[in-house]
Amino acid sequence: MKLSTFAFAAALTVTPVAGLADRVLSIGGSVTEIVYALGEGDRLVARDSTSNFPAEAVELPDVGYIRQLSAEGVLSVAPDLILMEGGAGPAETIDLLREAEIPMVEVADGYTPEAVEDKIRAVAKALNVRDKGEALAAEVRAQIAEARATVSEGVPRVLFVLSQASGRIMAAGEGTSAEAIIELAGGENALTGFQGYKQISEEAVMAAAPDVILMMDREGDHAVANDELFSQPAFASTPAAEGERVVRMDGLLLLGFGPRVGEAVSQLAAALHGDEG
Amino acid sequence: MVAMTESTGQSAGDRQPLARHATLALLVLLLMVSVASLFVGATGISPMEVIGAVLAGEPIETSARVVILDIRLPRLAMGALVGASLAVAGVVMQGLFRNPLADPGIVGVSAGAGLGAITAIVLGGLLPSTVGAALGYALVPVAAFVGGGVSVVLLYIVSTRNGQTSVATMLLAGIALSAMVSAVSGVMIYLADDAQLRDLTFWGLGSLAGATWSKLLAAMPLMVLGLLGAPLLARSLDTLALGEIAAQHMGIDIQRMKRLAVVIVAASVGAAVAVSGGIGFVGIVVPHLLRLMTGPSHAPLILNSALLGASILLLADMISRVIVAPAELPIGIIMALIGGPFFLWVLIKRRGFAGV
Repeated sequence: MKLSTFAFAAALTVTPVAGLADRVLSIGGSVTEIVYALGEGDRLVARDSTSNFPAEAVELPDVGYIRQLSAEGVLSVAPDLILMEGGAGPAETIDLLREAEIPMVEVADGYTPEAVEDKIRAVAKALNVRDKGEALAAEVRAQIAEARATVSEGVPRVLFVLSQASGRIMAAGEGTSAEAIIELAGGENALTGFQGYKQISEEAVMAAAPDVILMMDREGDHAVANDELFSQPAFASTPAAEGERVVRMDGLLLLGFGPRVGEAVSQLAAALHGDEG
Repeated sequence: MVAMTESTGQSAGDRQPLARHATLALLVLLLMVSVASLFVGATGISPMEVIGAVLAGEPIETSARVVILDIRLPRLAMGALVGASLAVAGVVMQGLFRNPLADPGIVGVSAGAGLGAITAIVLGGLLPSTVGAALGYALVPVAAFVGGGVSVVLLYIVSTRNGQTSVATMLLAGIALSAMVSAVSGVMIYLADDAQLRDLTFWGLGSLAGATWSKLLAAMPLMVLGLLGAPLLARSLDTLALGEIAAQHMGIDIQRMKRLAVVIVAASVGAAVAVSGGIGFVGIVVPHLLRLMTGPSHAPLILNSALLGASILLLADMISRVIVAPAELPIGIIMALIGGPFFLWVLIKRRGFAGV
């Protein structure tokens, strides 16, 4: 990092200059990922509990859940810049931090490639590494374009199952990040008619007639084996049951809409449009 | 029950000096805890920095000013008031229902407040933007307070016939109301998106983290009103322990007392829950503990409960601030974690003595 003597002195003054921040607190999983993707991870001093990627991020002190931040907790890591994903709060805490004169940059959220590019640019601007930001944004754009170019004919109907605890099926409706990534990867959400992630009935699964079941790849009792999944009448009668078309992907990668969105789209597109089976 | 029935008999007098000593000890405890709570927090900032700066006539450093004066100080005041209000409301309810297991939630304040808060969290966005903007983040506390108040009034109306309020009806109606409230809450939970779900879960766990001066100023008058009003009930509650009919014969205006008790609990608990969310155990554990130690006479019990309730909540809040620092553990979890086993221990220990 090139710092002139003047700039270095400025960084030590009481009111920090945002562009030179080297004690950055990152709130929000996708923002933290972007900071690391920009190669600026060593400027972070803390993260929130939704920032679990990459592994280095987990080593940082955790200031709590993004919507439930404690003002003193945040102040205790002595940040000279706070990068926040949209929805960080509560408002009382944000007000107190503003009063404590800590520079804050809110990065708007969104489930489109353009939104991710904007996010990358906003983070890069706040960290004063605009060139790296442009490069990363271009890379993500290229990745998505490349993935979408390989998408073949036909739009598979995809049902995203968030969880299946004790037989209750939680699935993704409209306006979800799952729907957005499915559409980017050249599929369509098999479930429409409701917003967000909701519990749905078994009949709704059948009515949705998904060609592919998409799930998060995780350890423990949430992971349901294919046999078990298709032993349920609801899933057994769907088109996805023939050939047992189940796609499992890392949840943060799939739904995070961070700098790895390109990777997520290409993985999902390959799984959806690749050889059946 | 045991503690209450032996109350009005001969033993009440025996423990009066004990109660006075307890008051003194609890005052000292509250003072110590209050001072300590100004020193404890995720940042290492000490209140001495503020005091030192003021004494030296120097400007206070921004971070010290915000942490001590805008975060820890309102939080201290809020914690003390909420703890005292919940404990005193517990005493009043237990006296009124003549049941040591009654807690402020029994008259539907907590359930109603919870419904108000959940509704505001989930449907707040549907309000006309002018209303939403005017209320800002006061929306949830205001809705919680209104919800608590409405349910108490509703219960009071249901259980009052010919100018007589039946406590038993109130208890049963409270159960019915709680069931209805949880049904509506269920609908709200169903409608909520992921972020709102997290919000309302955290609301239910309770926290003093949102304590700001403006919130404190809004909630303080109601809580102070409740705390000042409660001692007026002490004598009537003592007499009520003999039974409603006996108390009536002794010249207590039962109806007036019930009305006052309900108003006090609605105002103070409504305000406390509105600003701090769901904090349990204070209302049951604190009065019960004191009754075991210093007897059931209500005048000292109310005073001591206020002091101990405030101290315990402040202690729990200190733990909540530092145990997972820089994050914060909701105080409701800590209260239940400490309060539950401690209460059990007291019961077991007492059982040995009483030979029950």
